[in-house]
Amino acid sequence: MTVSTEILRRTPLYALHMELGGKMVPFAGYEMPVQYPAGILKEHLHTRAKAGLFDVSHMGQGFLSGDVHALERVTSADVAGLKAGMQRYGLLLTPQGTIKDDFMFSRLMGEADLYLVVNAGGKEADFAYINETLEGAAQVTPRFDRALLALQGPASEMVLARHATGVADLTFMKVTRTTVAGAPAIVSRTGYTGEDGYEISIEGADAEHVARTLLAEAEVLPIGLGARDSLRLEAGLCLYGHDIDDMINPAEAALLWSVGKRRKEARDFPGAEKTMAGNPARKLVGIRPEGRAPAREGTEIIKDGRVIGKVTSGGFGPSVNAPVAMGYVETMFATLGTKLELMVRGQVMPATVVLMPFVPHTYKREKK
Amino acid sequence: MSETRYTDQHEWVRLEGDSATVGITKFAAEQLGDVVYVELPAKGKAVKAGGEAAVVESVKAASEVYAPVGGEVTSANEALSTEPSKVNEDPEGAGWFFKLKLADAGEFTNLMDAAAYAEFTKGL
Repeated sequence: MTVSTEILRRTPLYALHMELGGKMVPFAGYEMPVQYPAGILKEHLHTRAKAGLFDVSHMGQGFLSGDVHALERVTSADVAGLKAGMQRYGLLLTPQGTIKDDFMFSRLMGEADLYLVVNAGGKEADFAYINETLEGAAQVTPRFDRALLALQGPASEMVLARHATGVADLTFMKVTRTTVAGAPAIVSRTGYTGEDGYEISIEGADAEHVARTLLAEAEVLPIGLGARDSLRLEAGLCLYGHDIDDMINPAEAALLWSVGKRRKEARDFPGAEKTMAGNPARKLVGIRPEGRAPAREGTEIIKDGRVIGKVTSGGFGPSVNAPVAMGYVETMFATLGTKLELMVRGQVMPATVVLMPFVPHTYKREKK
Repeated sequence: MSETRYTDQHEWVRLEGDSATVGITKFAAEQLGDVVYVELPAKGKAVKAGGEAAVVESVKAASEVYAPVGGEVTSANEALSTEPSKVNEDPEGAGWFFKLKLADAGEFTNLMDAAAYAEFTKGL
């Protein structure tokens, strides 16, 4: 007898996933498709070649109202400096300055509230933490009832423009309200694959209609969490709970780029003195194992016979056609080109510290 | 003449004389998904029935391949090093892993035949 200790939640697209032959697995409290019949490898390569549709409705959406700049008490990002119509990546920090979560925040044109998207795993805790820390100055209203779709890959613009106005004009990190297949939507030119693409927030009741409309386009395949993970790893993007967590600060995670310039100078975010002190004890780096054997999460990283770190994400990169990994090493070994060894099943495997991403980003940036 | 038997760990073993060819079943290959790496035993290695003999990695995860029967490894399917996808395309043919010289015939006859294995996977 199997005793289920956790009641898994379902996104508004659960029935569609089943119809599409999705292989459902528990993920962050939800039943989510890890893959469809095409399989992870084909789904991954198809996203980079054409377009893939991801259900990311498990992620935590919400709106921050009130004195929204008070959000700077819990993040190192520049909130006040975010222009209307723009989205930005931020780190939600603990009082000690370690990473409680990473999130996206948007200032929609003509709106006072900020639109937030946090990771699924800690969404309730994140919003409760923001509300407690901001002490009424600003307040997050969760909208976990909303659905979130990601359309990623080079054909995304062409596909989405058939069903939405104004989306071709968006460049990377821009956000707007529009309609998609007739449904009111918040559309941003962002994603988690390294490819050009969009994230589309809609009412839960509209999710199936919008998803079916996009999937009906010849360029689009449904993509599961398996390929989402291999795509983001090749793109060098951190996964919360693996590459970053509340034991890690932004400097160690090589995420200082997400700390606003003004915030760096003012050192007015949690843990700023420590994060800005320079030369952290360990650093997150990209790692290319030699040979074909993937080095998985937890693999020990060795230098001169001594364990100097651990792989936090690792697997096979279908577009690289080789194993790729990221992990923390003692800072003195974080220099590009450093030769390391990985302990895979009791055998020592040579590897090199490399620049990420493993696959170049193809974001549609604004032409200067 | 050859006969094929199956383990509850989803390996198959085909016996021709005292030469046993080992691979993973179609069921296992489908469960694993796209195979991207295979680690094979060296020729001459002695393996025990139920002992770890090879490793198969899909995009998702790494899995051990156990020797269905004991014996000495006589050859390994080196083609899998460059074309691991053969395991998905033809798991019970071109996707074989290694061959060994059977030491104890009793270990072979103790395994499930095709009908018993089909029944076994139905219950999973």
